[in-house]
Amino acid sequence: MKYMLLIYQNPANWQELPDGERDAIMSDAGAIVEELTASGELIGGEGLADSSLAKTVRVRDGVPAVTDGPFVEAKEHLAGYCLFECETPERAIEIAVRWPDARHWAVELRPLMTASGEEM
Amino acid sequence: MRTEDRHEDLLRALAPQVLGALVHRYGRFDACEDAVQEALLAAATQWPREGVPDHPRAWLVTVASRRLTDELRAEQARRRREDAVAAEPPPAPVADTDDTLALLVLCCHPALSPASQIALTLRAVGGLTTGEIARAFLVPEATMGQRISRAKQTIKAAGGTFALPPERELADRLRVVLHVLYLIFNEGYSATAGPDLQRADLVREAIRLTRSVLALRPDDGEVAALLALTLLTDARRAARTGPDGALVPLAEQDRALWRREEITEGAALVTDALARVRVGPYQVQAAIAAVHAEAPRAEDTDWPQILALYELLEGMAPNPVVTLNHAVALAMVRGPQAGLDLLATLDGDARLRDTHRVEAVRAHLLELAGERPAALAAYRSAARRTTSLPEKRHLEARAARLG
Repeated sequence: MKYMLLIYQNPANWQELPDGERDAIMSDAGAIVEELTASGELIGGEGLADSSLAKTVRVRDGVPAVTDGPFVEAKEHLAGYCLFECETPERAIEIAVRWPDARHWAVELRPLMTASGEEM
Repeated sequence: MRTEDRHEDLLRALAPQVLGALVHRYGRFDACEDAVQEALLAAATQWPREGVPDHPRAWLVTVASRRLTDELRAEQARRRREDAVAAEPPPAPVADTDDTLALLVLCCHPALSPASQIALTLRAVGGLTTGEIARAFLVPEATMGQRISRAKQTIKAAGGTFALPPERELADRLRVVLHVLYLIFNEGYSATAGPDLQRADLVREAIRLTRSVLALRPDDGEVAALLALTLLTDARRAARTGPDGALVPLAEQDRALWRREEITEGAALVTDALARVRVGPYQVQAAIAAVHAEAPRAEDTDWPQILALYELLEGMAPNPVVTLNHAVALAMVRGPQAGLDLLATLDGDARLRDTHRVEAVRAHLLELAGERPAALAAYRSAARRTTSLPEKRHLEARAARLG
Protein backbone atom coordinates (compact mmCIF):
# COMPACT_ATOMS: atom_id res chain seq x y z
CA MET A 1 0.00 0.00 0.00
CA LYS A 2 1.28 3.43 -0.89
CA TYR A 3 0.86 6.32 1.50
CA MET A 4 1.59 10.00 1.53
CA LEU A 5 2.60 11.45 4.84
CA LEU A 6 1.64 15.13 4.89
CA ILE A 7 3.83 17.04 7.30
CA TYR A 8 2.38 20.13 8.93
CA GLN A 9 4.24 22.86 10.77
CA ASN A 10 3.44 26.18 12.35
CA PRO A 11 6.06 28.57 10.91
CA ALA A 12 5.71 30.95 13.86
CA ASN A 13 6.57 28.47 16.55
CA TRP A 14 9.12 26.67 14.34
CA GLN A 15 11.21 29.80 14.69
CA GLU A 16 10.65 29.90 18.43
CA LEU A 17 11.93 26.37 18.93
CA PRO A 18 15.34 26.03 20.58
CA ASP A 19 18.15 25.30 18.10
CA GLY A 20 18.65 21.86 19.56
CA GLU A 21 15.04 20.88 18.94
CA ARG A 22 15.10 22.17 15.37
CA ASP A 23 18.24 20.10 14.75
CA ALA A 24 16.62 17.08 16.40
CA ILE A 25 13.57 17.37 14.13
CA MET A 26 15.78 17.51 11.04
CA SER A 27 18.00 14.62 12.07
CA ASP A 28 15.12 12.43 13.29
CA ALA A 29 13.32 12.93 9.99
CA GLY A 30 16.58 12.23 8.14
CA ALA A 31 17.02 8.98 10.06
CA ILE A 32 13.53 7.79 9.11
CA VAL A 33 14.16 8.64 5.45
CA GLU A 34 17.40 6.65 5.63
CA GLU A 35 15.59 3.70 7.18
CA LEU A 36 12.85 3.80 4.53
CA THR A 37 15.47 4.03 1.79
CA ALA A 38 17.36 1.00 3.10
CA SER A 39 14.17 -1.05 3.43
CA GLY A 40 13.03 -0.26 -0.09
CA GLU A 41 9.89 1.48 1.17
CA LEU A 42 10.71 5.08 0.27
CA ILE A 43 9.25 6.42 -2.96
CA GLY A 44 10.04 10.08 -2.51
CA GLY A 45 9.63 13.17 -0.43
CA GLU A 46 10.46 16.85 -0.33
CA GLY A 47 10.21 19.83 1.94
CA LEU A 48 8.08 22.75 0.76
CA ALA A 49 9.15 26.38 0.81
CA ASP A 50 7.34 28.73 3.19
CA SER A 51 3.64 29.16 2.49
CA SER A 52 4.16 32.92 2.07
CA LEU A 53 5.71 31.95 -1.27
CA ALA A 54 2.61 30.03 -2.32
CA LYS A 55 0.37 31.14 -5.18
CA THR A 56 -3.22 30.06 -5.20
CA VAL A 57 -4.73 29.67 -8.63
CA ARG A 58 -8.42 29.62 -9.49
CA VAL A 59 -9.90 29.53 -12.97
CA ARG A 60 -13.51 30.73 -13.30
CA ASP A 61 -15.23 30.85 -16.67
CA GLY A 62 -11.84 30.36 -18.25
CA VAL A 63 -10.34 33.35 -16.43
CA PRO A 64 -7.39 32.57 -14.17
CA ALA A 65 -7.03 34.43 -10.89
CA VAL A 66 -3.66 34.09 -9.19
CA THR A 67 -3.40 35.28 -5.59
CA ASP A 68 -0.44 35.31 -3.21
CA GLY A 69 -0.50 32.98 -0.26
CA PRO A 70 -1.97 29.61 0.59
CA PHE A 71 -5.46 28.39 -0.29
CA VAL A 72 -6.50 28.03 3.33
CA GLU A 73 -5.64 30.57 6.01
CA ALA A 74 -4.43 28.44 8.87
CA LYS A 75 -1.79 28.47 11.57
CA GLU A 76 -0.37 25.16 10.43
CA HIS A 77 0.87 24.80 6.89
CA LEU A 78 1.89 21.90 4.74
CA ALA A 79 5.66 21.86 5.15
CA GLY A 80 6.57 18.75 3.23
CA TYR A 81 5.62 15.24 2.31
CA CYS A 82 7.01 11.76 2.37
CA LEU A 83 5.76 9.14 -0.06
CA PHE A 84 6.31 5.51 0.84
CA GLU A 85 5.01 2.02 0.24
CA CYS A 86 4.69 -0.44 3.08
CA GLU A 87 3.23 -3.82 3.80
CA THR A 88 0.51 -3.01 6.36
CA PRO A 89 -1.50 -0.02 7.66
CA GLU A 90 0.10 -0.67 11.07
CA ARG A 91 3.55 -0.07 9.62
CA ALA A 92 2.35 3.19 8.03
CA ILE A 93 1.03 4.41 11.37
CA GLU A 94 4.25 3.39 13.08
CA ILE A 95 6.20 5.58 10.64
CA ALA A 96 3.81 8.50 11.16
CA VAL A 97 4.04 8.23 14.94
CA ARG A 98 7.82 8.47 14.78
CA TRP A 99 7.83 11.45 12.44
CA PRO A 100 9.27 14.28 14.56
CA ASP A 101 6.87 17.02 13.42
CA ALA A 102 4.06 15.02 15.03
CA ARG A 103 5.60 15.92 18.42
CA HIS A 104 4.92 19.63 17.88
CA TRP A 105 2.24 19.89 15.20
CA ALA A 106 0.68 17.06 13.24
CA VAL A 107 1.29 14.72 10.37
CA GLU A 108 -1.50 13.32 8.22
CA LEU A 109 -1.35 9.88 6.68
CA ARG A 110 -3.28 9.42 3.46
CA PRO A 111 -3.51 6.25 1.35
CA LEU A 112 -2.96 6.84 -2.37
CA MET A 113 -5.60 6.02 -4.94
CA THR A 114 -4.65 3.31 -7.41
CA ALA A 115 -5.68 2.65 -10.99
CA SER A 116 -6.24 -1.01 -10.15
CA GLY A 117 -9.59 -2.47 -9.36
CA GLU A 118 -11.65 -5.63 -9.25
CA GLU A 119 -14.81 -6.06 -11.24
CA MET A 120 -17.66 -6.97 -8.95
CA MET B 1 6.55 -11.60 -32.84
CA ARG B 2 9.04 -8.73 -32.90
CA THR B 3 12.74 -9.54 -32.65
CA GLU B 4 13.00 -7.66 -29.35
CA ASP B 5 10.17 -9.77 -27.92
CA ARG B 6 11.90 -12.96 -29.04
CA HIS B 7 15.11 -11.83 -27.33
CA GLU B 8 13.17 -10.98 -24.22
CA ASP B 9 11.37 -14.34 -24.12
CA LEU B 10 14.65 -16.15 -24.61
CA LEU B 11 16.38 -14.17 -21.87
CA ARG B 12 13.54 -14.73 -19.44
CA ALA B 13 13.48 -18.45 -20.12
CA LEU B 14 17.25 -18.71 -19.71
CA ALA B 15 17.52 -16.53 -16.60
CA PRO B 16 16.77 -19.21 -13.97
CA GLN B 17 18.96 -21.76 -15.77
CA VAL B 18 21.93 -19.41 -15.84
CA LEU B 19 21.43 -18.41 -12.22
CA GLY B 20 21.10 -22.07 -11.22
CA ALA B 21 24.35 -22.94 -13.02
CA LEU B 22 26.19 -20.11 -11.28
CA VAL B 23 24.90 -20.90 -7.82
CA HIS B 24 25.87 -24.57 -8.26
CA ARG B 25 29.37 -23.55 -9.25
CA TYR B 26 30.06 -20.70 -6.84
CA GLY B 27 27.47 -20.78 -4.07
CA ARG B 28 26.57 -17.23 -2.93
CA PHE B 29 23.04 -16.76 -4.24
CA ASP B 30 23.10 -13.00 -3.64
CA ALA B 31 26.28 -12.28 -5.60
CA CYS B 32 25.36 -14.72 -8.38
CA GLU B 33 21.96 -13.11 -8.77
CA ASP B 34 23.56 -9.69 -9.26
CA ALA B 35 25.97 -11.13 -11.80
CA VAL B 36 23.16 -12.77 -13.79
CA GLN B 37 21.22 -9.50 -13.80
CA GLU B 38 24.26 -7.76 -15.29
CA ALA B 39 24.66 -10.49 -17.88
CA LEU B 40 20.99 -10.16 -18.86
CA LEU B 41 21.37 -6.42 -19.22
CA ALA B 42 24.49 -6.93 -21.35
CA ALA B 43 22.61 -9.40 -23.57
CA ALA B 44 19.67 -7.04 -23.92
CA THR B 45 21.95 -4.39 -25.39
CA GLN B 46 24.38 -6.60 -27.34
CA TRP B 47 22.15 -9.25 -28.89
CA PRO B 48 19.95 -6.89 -30.88
CA ARG B 49 23.11 -5.27 -32.27
CA GLU B 50 25.34 -8.29 -32.81
CA GLY B 51 22.83 -11.10 -33.12
CA VAL B 52 22.00 -13.90 -30.70
CA PRO B 53 25.09 -16.04 -29.99
CA ASP B 54 25.06 -19.68 -31.11
CA HIS B 55 24.88 -20.87 -27.52
CA PRO B 56 22.96 -18.15 -25.68
CA ARG B 57 22.88 -20.02 -22.35
CA ALA B 58 26.65 -20.61 -22.39
CA TRP B 59 27.19 -16.97 -23.41
CA LEU B 60 25.17 -15.77 -20.42
CA VAL B 61 26.91 -18.19 -18.02
CA THR B 62 30.32 -16.99 -19.25
CA VAL B 63 29.48 -13.30 -18.98
CA ALA B 64 27.82 -13.72 -15.57
CA SER B 65 30.75 -15.84 -14.28
CA ARG B 66 33.20 -13.17 -15.41
CA ARG B 67 31.23 -10.46 -13.58
CA LEU B 68 31.01 -12.65 -10.51
CA THR B 69 34.70 -13.54 -10.37
CA ASP B 70 35.59 -9.87 -10.85
CA GLU B 71 33.33 -9.04 -7.95
CA LEU B 72 34.64 -11.86 -5.75
CA ARG B 73 38.26 -10.87 -6.53
CA ALA B 74 37.56 -7.26 -5.62
CA GLU B 75 35.89 -8.43 -2.44
CA GLN B 76 38.85 -10.65 -1.60
CA ALA B 77 41.26 -7.79 -2.13
CA ARG B 78 39.16 -5.64 0.18
CA ARG B 79 39.26 -8.34 2.82
CA ARG B 80 43.00 -8.88 2.42
CA ARG B 81 43.50 -5.21 3.02
CA GLU B 82 41.55 -5.70 6.20
CA ASP B 83 43.93 -8.56 7.07
CA ALA B 84 41.24 -11.18 6.98
CA VAL B 85 41.66 -14.45 5.17
CA ALA B 86 39.10 -14.95 2.49
CA ALA B 87 38.24 -18.48 1.57
CA GLU B 88 37.77 -19.21 -2.11
CA PRO B 89 34.27 -20.62 -2.67
CA PRO B 90 34.61 -24.34 -3.35
CA PRO B 91 33.85 -25.09 -6.98
CA ALA B 92 30.99 -27.52 -7.27
CA PRO B 93 30.14 -29.57 -10.33
CA VAL B 94 27.54 -27.96 -12.55
CA ALA B 95 24.50 -30.18 -12.51
CA ASP B 96 22.39 -30.19 -15.61
CA THR B 97 19.07 -29.96 -13.81
CA ASP B 98 16.22 -27.52 -13.91
CA ASP B 99 16.71 -25.25 -10.96
CA THR B 100 13.54 -23.24 -11.45
CA LEU B 101 11.73 -24.87 -8.54
CA ALA B 102 14.66 -24.52 -6.12
CA LEU B 103 15.00 -20.86 -7.13
CA LEU B 104 11.29 -20.17 -6.70
CA VAL B 105 11.27 -21.78 -3.27
CA LEU B 106 14.29 -19.72 -2.24
CA CYS B 107 12.87 -16.43 -3.61
CA CYS B 108 9.58 -17.09 -1.82
CA HIS B 109 11.38 -17.67 1.47
CA PRO B 110 8.96 -17.32 4.40
CA ALA B 111 11.23 -14.76 6.09
CA LEU B 112 10.39 -12.26 3.31
CA SER B 113 7.39 -9.98 3.01
CA PRO B 114 5.10 -10.67 0.03
CA ALA B 115 6.34 -7.52 -1.74
CA SER B 116 9.94 -8.74 -1.46
CA GLN B 117 9.04 -12.27 -2.51
CA ILE B 118 7.34 -10.88 -5.60
CA ALA B 119 10.22 -8.58 -6.54
CA LEU B 120 12.90 -11.21 -6.07
CA THR B 121 10.92 -13.88 -7.91
CA LEU B 122 10.37 -11.61 -10.91
CA ARG B 123 14.04 -10.73 -11.09
CA ALA B 124 15.79 -14.02 -10.22
CA VAL B 125 13.35 -16.48 -11.78
CA GLY B 126 11.44 -14.29 -14.22
CA GLY B 127 14.56 -12.63 -15.61
CA LEU B 128 12.99 -9.15 -15.49
CA THR B 129 15.24 -6.19 -14.93
CA THR B 130 14.95 -4.06 -11.82
CA GLY B 131 13.72 -1.20 -14.03
CA GLU B 132 10.95 -3.32 -15.53
CA ILE B 133 9.79 -4.51 -12.12
CA ALA B 134 9.90 -0.96 -10.76
CA ARG B 135 7.77 0.35 -13.65
CA ALA B 136 5.27 -2.47 -13.19
CA PHE B 137 4.86 -1.60 -9.51
CA LEU B 138 4.96 2.16 -10.10
CA VAL B 139 7.92 2.84 -7.82
CA PRO B 140 11.33 4.36 -8.60
CA GLU B 141 14.01 1.94 -9.77
CA ALA B 142 16.15 2.77 -6.72
CA THR B 143 13.32 1.70 -4.43
CA MET B 144 12.91 -1.61 -6.21
CA GLY B 145 16.67 -2.21 -6.33
CA GLN B 146 16.89 -1.66 -2.61
CA ARG B 147 13.92 -3.95 -1.98
CA ILE B 148 15.61 -6.74 -3.94
CA SER B 149 18.98 -6.38 -2.28
CA ARG B 150 17.36 -6.24 1.16
CA ALA B 151 15.41 -9.40 0.30
CA LYS B 152 18.63 -11.21 -0.55
CA GLN B 153 20.23 -10.12 2.72
CA THR B 154 17.19 -11.33 4.63
CA ILE B 155 17.33 -14.76 2.98
CA LYS B 156 21.02 -15.02 3.78
CA ALA B 157 20.45 -14.04 7.41
CA ALA B 158 17.61 -16.56 7.67
CA GLY B 159 19.96 -19.30 6.44
CA GLY B 160 18.06 -19.89 3.20
CA THR B 161 19.92 -22.27 0.92
CA PHE B 162 19.71 -23.12 -2.72
CA ALA B 163 18.46 -26.66 -2.28
CA LEU B 164 15.02 -28.13 -2.37
CA PRO B 165 13.74 -28.90 1.13
CA PRO B 166 12.55 -32.44 1.96
CA GLU B 167 9.28 -33.39 0.31
CA ARG B 168 7.08 -32.74 3.38
CA GLU B 169 8.41 -29.23 3.86
CA LEU B 170 8.45 -28.66 0.11
CA ALA B 171 4.67 -28.96 -0.02
CA ASP B 172 4.31 -26.02 2.40
CA ARG B 173 6.95 -23.95 0.66
CA LEU B 174 5.28 -24.61 -2.66
CA ARG B 175 2.02 -23.16 -1.27
CA VAL B 176 3.91 -19.91 -0.64
CA VAL B 177 5.30 -20.00 -4.19
CA LEU B 178 1.80 -20.44 -5.61
CA HIS B 179 0.52 -17.56 -3.50
CA VAL B 180 3.31 -15.29 -4.77
CA LEU B 181 2.57 -16.26 -8.38
CA TYR B 182 -1.11 -15.52 -7.77
CA LEU B 183 -0.23 -12.11 -6.28
CA ILE B 184 1.89 -11.32 -9.35
CA PHE B 185 -1.01 -12.32 -11.57
CA ASN B 186 -3.49 -10.17 -9.65
CA GLU B 187 -1.19 -7.19 -9.65
CA GLY B 188 -1.18 -7.29 -13.44
CA TYR B 189 -4.79 -8.30 -13.92
CA SER B 190 -6.32 -5.70 -11.60
CA ALA B 191 -4.55 -2.86 -13.41
CA THR B 192 -6.87 -0.82 -15.55
CA ALA B 193 -4.59 2.07 -16.40
CA GLY B 194 -1.04 3.23 -16.06
CA PRO B 195 1.82 1.70 -17.98
CA ASP B 196 -0.40 -1.07 -19.34
CA LEU B 197 2.33 -2.92 -21.13
CA GLN B 198 4.34 -3.55 -18.01
CA ARG B 199 1.28 -4.53 -16.04
CA ALA B 200 0.08 -6.98 -18.70
CA ASP B 201 3.59 -8.36 -18.59
CA LEU B 202 2.98 -9.39 -14.99
CA VAL B 203 0.00 -11.49 -16.08
CA ARG B 204 2.06 -13.13 -18.80
CA GLU B 205 4.94 -13.69 -16.39
CA ALA B 206 2.73 -15.23 -13.69
CA ILE B 207 1.14 -17.60 -16.19
CA ARG B 208 4.50 -18.50 -17.70
CA LEU B 209 6.04 -19.24 -14.29
CA THR B 210 3.00 -21.24 -13.16
CA ARG B 211 3.30 -23.29 -16.34
CA SER B 212 6.93 -24.00 -15.58
CA VAL B 213 6.05 -25.10 -12.03
CA LEU B 214 3.35 -27.38 -13.43
CA ALA B 215 5.87 -28.94 -15.81
CA LEU B 216 8.03 -29.77 -12.77
CA ARG B 217 5.14 -30.84 -10.50
CA PRO B 218 2.66 -32.34 -12.98
CA ASP B 219 0.84 -34.32 -10.28
CA ASP B 220 0.10 -31.37 -8.00
CA GLY B 221 -3.57 -30.55 -8.48
CA GLU B 222 -3.18 -27.12 -6.85
CA VAL B 223 -0.51 -26.05 -9.35
CA ALA B 224 -2.73 -27.10 -12.24
CA ALA B 225 -5.64 -25.31 -10.57
CA LEU B 226 -3.72 -22.07 -10.16
CA LEU B 227 -2.83 -22.16 -13.84
CA ALA B 228 -6.51 -22.82 -14.62
CA LEU B 229 -7.67 -20.01 -12.34
CA THR B 230 -5.31 -17.48 -13.92
CA LEU B 231 -6.25 -18.55 -17.45
CA LEU B 232 -9.99 -18.45 -16.73
CA THR B 233 -9.69 -15.05 -15.08
CA ASP B 234 -7.41 -13.59 -17.75
CA ALA B 235 -9.86 -14.80 -20.40
CA ARG B 236 -12.21 -12.02 -19.23
CA ARG B 237 -9.63 -9.24 -19.44
CA ALA B 238 -10.92 -7.54 -22.60
CA ALA B 239 -14.47 -7.52 -21.23
CA ARG B 240 -13.77 -6.24 -17.73
CA THR B 241 -13.28 -2.60 -18.63
CA GLY B 242 -15.40 -0.35 -20.77
CA PRO B 243 -14.05 2.05 -23.42
CA ASP B 244 -13.72 4.75 -20.72
CA GLY B 245 -11.72 2.46 -18.47
CA ALA B 246 -14.60 1.91 -16.03
CA LEU B 247 -14.99 -1.56 -14.59
CA VAL B 248 -17.71 -3.75 -16.04
CA PRO B 249 -19.19 -6.21 -13.53
CA LEU B 250 -19.22 -9.89 -14.45
CA ALA B 251 -22.99 -9.92 -14.99
CA GLU B 252 -22.78 -7.14 -17.57
CA GLN B 253 -19.68 -8.20 -19.49
CA ASP B 254 -19.88 -8.88 -23.21
CA ARG B 255 -19.11 -12.57 -23.10
CA ALA B 256 -18.25 -12.59 -26.80
CA LEU B 257 -15.05 -10.80 -25.74
CA TRP B 258 -14.04 -13.64 -23.42
CA ARG B 259 -11.13 -15.56 -24.87
CA ARG B 260 -12.32 -19.06 -25.71
CA GLU B 261 -8.85 -20.52 -26.05
CA GLU B 262 -7.93 -19.66 -22.46
CA ILE B 263 -11.32 -20.83 -21.19
CA THR B 264 -10.97 -24.18 -22.96
CA GLU B 265 -7.49 -24.75 -21.58
CA GLY B 266 -8.47 -23.57 -18.09
CA ALA B 267 -11.64 -25.66 -17.96
CA ALA B 268 -9.76 -28.80 -19.07
CA LEU B 269 -7.16 -28.20 -16.34
CA VAL B 270 -9.87 -27.79 -13.70
CA THR B 271 -11.65 -30.98 -14.71
CA ASP B 272 -8.37 -32.83 -14.54
CA ALA B 273 -7.32 -31.20 -11.25
CA LEU B 274 -10.64 -31.94 -9.57
CA ALA B 275 -10.11 -35.62 -10.25
CA ARG B 276 -7.21 -35.61 -7.75
CA VAL B 277 -7.67 -37.19 -4.35
CA ARG B 278 -7.01 -34.04 -2.34
CA VAL B 279 -8.89 -30.94 -3.37
CA GLY B 280 -7.34 -27.59 -2.41
CA PRO B 281 -8.50 -23.94 -2.42
CA TYR B 282 -7.14 -23.14 -5.89
CA GLN B 283 -9.05 -26.10 -7.32
CA VAL B 284 -12.28 -24.77 -5.84
CA GLN B 285 -11.63 -21.19 -6.99
CA ALA B 286 -10.74 -22.42 -10.48
CA ALA B 287 -13.91 -24.51 -10.52
CA ILE B 288 -15.95 -21.40 -9.63
CA ALA B 289 -14.27 -19.46 -12.45
CA ALA B 290 -15.01 -22.34 -14.82
CA VAL B 291 -18.72 -22.37 -13.89
CA HIS B 292 -18.89 -18.63 -14.68
CA ALA B 293 -17.01 -19.18 -17.93
CA GLU B 294 -19.39 -21.91 -19.03
CA ALA B 295 -22.49 -19.70 -18.86
CA PRO B 296 -23.28 -18.26 -22.31
CA ARG B 297 -25.28 -15.43 -20.63
CA ALA B 298 -25.12 -14.10 -17.06
CA GLU B 299 -28.63 -15.40 -16.39
CA ASP B 300 -27.53 -18.91 -17.38
CA THR B 301 -25.01 -19.01 -14.51
CA ASP B 302 -25.33 -22.14 -12.41
CA TRP B 303 -25.54 -20.30 -9.08
CA PRO B 304 -26.48 -23.35 -6.96
CA GLN B 305 -23.25 -24.99 -8.06
CA ILE B 306 -21.26 -21.81 -7.35
CA LEU B 307 -22.89 -21.61 -3.93
CA ALA B 308 -21.93 -25.21 -3.16
CA LEU B 309 -18.34 -24.46 -4.21
CA TYR B 310 -18.19 -21.36 -1.98
CA GLU B 311 -19.49 -23.42 0.94
CA LEU B 312 -16.67 -25.87 0.27
CA LEU B 313 -14.12 -23.05 0.02
CA GLU B 314 -15.38 -21.40 3.19
CA GLY B 315 -14.80 -24.66 5.06
CA MET B 316 -11.36 -25.12 3.52
CA ALA B 317 -9.85 -21.65 3.54
CA PRO B 318 -12.16 -19.33 5.48
CA ASN B 319 -11.47 -15.62 5.02
CA PRO B 320 -13.65 -12.51 4.77
CA VAL B 321 -13.17 -12.12 1.00
CA VAL B 322 -14.51 -15.64 0.49
CA THR B 323 -17.46 -14.77 2.74
CA LEU B 324 -18.21 -11.70 0.60
CA ASN B 325 -18.38 -13.77 -2.58
CA HIS B 326 -20.27 -16.46 -0.73
CA ALA B 327 -22.88 -13.85 0.27
CA VAL B 328 -23.39 -12.87 -3.38
CA ALA B 329 -23.83 -16.52 -4.42
CA LEU B 330 -26.23 -17.08 -1.53
CA ALA B 331 -28.27 -14.05 -2.59
CA MET B 332 -28.49 -15.37 -6.15
CA VAL B 333 -29.83 -18.72 -4.93
CA ARG B 334 -31.91 -17.91 -1.83
CA GLY B 335 -32.65 -14.23 -2.34
CA PRO B 336 -30.95 -10.98 -1.33
CA GLN B 337 -31.93 -11.15 2.35
CA ALA B 338 -30.05 -14.41 2.84
CA GLY B 339 -26.98 -12.74 1.36
CA LEU B 340 -27.40 -9.66 3.54
CA ASP B 341 -27.69 -11.84 6.66
CA LEU B 342 -24.41 -13.59 5.84
CA LEU B 343 -22.80 -10.22 5.10
CA ALA B 344 -23.84 -8.96 8.53
CA THR B 345 -21.55 -11.57 10.10
CA LEU B 346 -18.61 -9.59 8.69
CA ASP B 347 -19.51 -6.35 10.49
CA GLY B 348 -16.57 -5.28 12.59
CA ASP B 349 -14.31 -8.03 11.24
CA ALA B 350 -10.80 -6.76 11.91
CA ARG B 351 -9.40 -8.77 9.01
CA LEU B 352 -11.34 -6.72 6.47
CA ARG B 353 -9.17 -3.69 5.99
CA ASP B 354 -10.90 -2.47 2.87
CA THR B 355 -14.35 -2.08 4.35
CA HIS B 356 -15.58 -0.53 1.10
CA ARG B 357 -15.84 -4.05 -0.29
CA VAL B 358 -18.45 -5.02 2.31
CA GLU B 359 -20.35 -1.81 1.60
CA ALA B 360 -20.17 -2.40 -2.16
CA VAL B 361 -21.59 -5.91 -1.84
CA ARG B 362 -24.21 -4.68 0.65
CA ALA B 363 -25.21 -1.96 -1.82
CA HIS B 364 -25.58 -4.50 -4.62
CA LEU B 365 -27.70 -6.85 -2.46
CA LEU B 366 -29.86 -3.97 -1.17
CA GLU B 367 -30.45 -2.92 -4.77
CA LEU B 368 -31.51 -6.49 -5.62
CA ALA B 369 -33.85 -6.38 -2.62
CA GLY B 370 -35.41 -3.19 -3.99
CA GLU B 371 -34.30 -1.06 -1.05
CA ARG B 372 -33.21 1.93 -3.10
CA PRO B 373 -32.40 4.57 -0.46
CA ALA B 374 -30.34 2.12 1.61
CA ALA B 375 -28.60 0.85 -1.53
CA LEU B 376 -27.81 4.41 -2.61
CA ALA B 377 -26.30 5.23 0.78
CA ALA B 378 -24.22 2.04 0.73
CA TYR B 379 -22.95 2.74 -2.83
CA ARG B 380 -21.95 6.27 -1.83
CA SER B 381 -20.23 5.08 1.31
CA ALA B 382 -18.33 2.40 -0.65
CA ALA B 383 -17.37 4.94 -3.34
CA ARG B 384 -15.91 7.26 -0.70
CA ARG B 385 -13.94 4.54 1.00
CA THR B 386 -12.32 2.74 -1.90
CA THR B 387 -8.73 3.57 -2.83
CA SER B 388 -9.30 2.28 -6.36
CA LEU B 389 -10.16 4.91 -8.98
CA PRO B 390 -11.95 2.54 -11.37
CA GLU B 391 -13.96 1.01 -8.50
CA LYS B 392 -14.87 4.49 -7.33
CA ARG B 393 -16.11 5.41 -10.78
CA HIS B 394 -18.11 2.20 -11.01
CA LEU B 395 -19.71 2.69 -7.57
CA GLU B 396 -20.52 6.34 -8.30
CA ALA B 397 -22.20 5.30 -11.55
CA ARG B 398 -24.31 2.76 -9.63
CA ALA B 399 -25.27 5.42 -7.10
CA ALA B 400 -26.18 7.86 -9.89
CA ARG B 401 -28.46 5.25 -11.45
CA LEU B 402 -30.38 4.99 -8.18
CA GLY B 403 -30.27 8.63 -7.16
